Amino acid sequence: MVDFVGLYNYWIVVFLMMAGLYLVIEHGNLVKKMVGLTVFQAAVFVLYITLGKVRDGTAPIVAEGIEIYSNPLPHVLILTAIVVGVATLALGLALVVRIREAYGTIEEDEIGDQDGPAI
Amino acid sequence: MAVAVIGIVRARNLFVVIMLTGIYSLLAATIFVVLDAVDVAFTEAAVGAGISTVLFLGTLALTTSEEKKPVHNAWISLAVVAVTGAVLIYGTLDMPRYGDPAAPANHHVIPEYLEAGPEKTGVPNVVTAVLASYRGYDTLGEVTVIFTAGIGVVLLLGQWRAHRRRDEPAEEEA
Repeated sequence: MVDFVGLYNYWIVVFLMMAGLYLVIEHGNLVKKMVGLTVFQAAVFVLYITLGKVRDGTAPIVAEGIEIYSNPLPHVLILTAIVVGVATLALGLALVVRIREAYGTIEEDEIGDQDGPAI
Repeated sequence: MAVAVIGIVRARNLFVVIMLTGIYSLLAATIFVVLDAVDVAFTEAAVGAGISTVLFLGTLALTTSEEKKPVHNAWISLAVVAVTGAVLIYGTLDMPRYGDPAAPANHHVIPEYLEAGPEKTGVPNVVTAVLASYRGYDTLGEVTVIFTAGIGVVLLLGQWRAHRRRDEPAEEEA
């Protein structure tokens, strides 16, 4: 029988991820889609950081008298990912602003209506 | 965090949605502190809760702040999400348990970083040592990505401004 107790952190992450995915596929509003991407992204960050946690460990800053540290590598990767995430978010929002300027709306189906039926 | 996310899904006013996203990021930052990732918590609080919120608000100022009601059926996307989530949960059954020191992610190069890192790089904070020294090229690549994104934003928005100025000079001056 599988021991489920140690898995709750993954399940929280899965819930958050799925909320983000739902926002992206269900909502037609482009800003809301970007919010969904942000939510999904933060869920992935939480997943990585929980992977790096070691029981009874402390923050990975080497000091006297401390033996157990948490895993520093996920922290580094997520630091990079957060900053890159904001860069891509800025680019996506700039696209949203341009779409609004060109079509006068940020609702996906209205943009589709203006473009005419798909071939 | 889960409550904030449910609020984000339900709310139709985009201003409310964005404020809730900021709260969500801040909660993520506090969770990072609890999980010993202090550097990540700093970055998430400053960048995720700060800069992202400002970017979203700037977009709102240039667009609309009310979302229209979706016309198509919500059950299909809900079903897709539920199936994906179930598959992911099934996938977690094989994962190492929370806080397990024997997890594969906590071996390989990690003991080396923790033992030799401070002597080799002269920085007691191992996260900084790995970020700037061991994986310095990653950080260089990150800077490249940010630079590219910055160019993209300037091209997209700058061109539009110049275009409008040429078309409607009178309105721009007034």
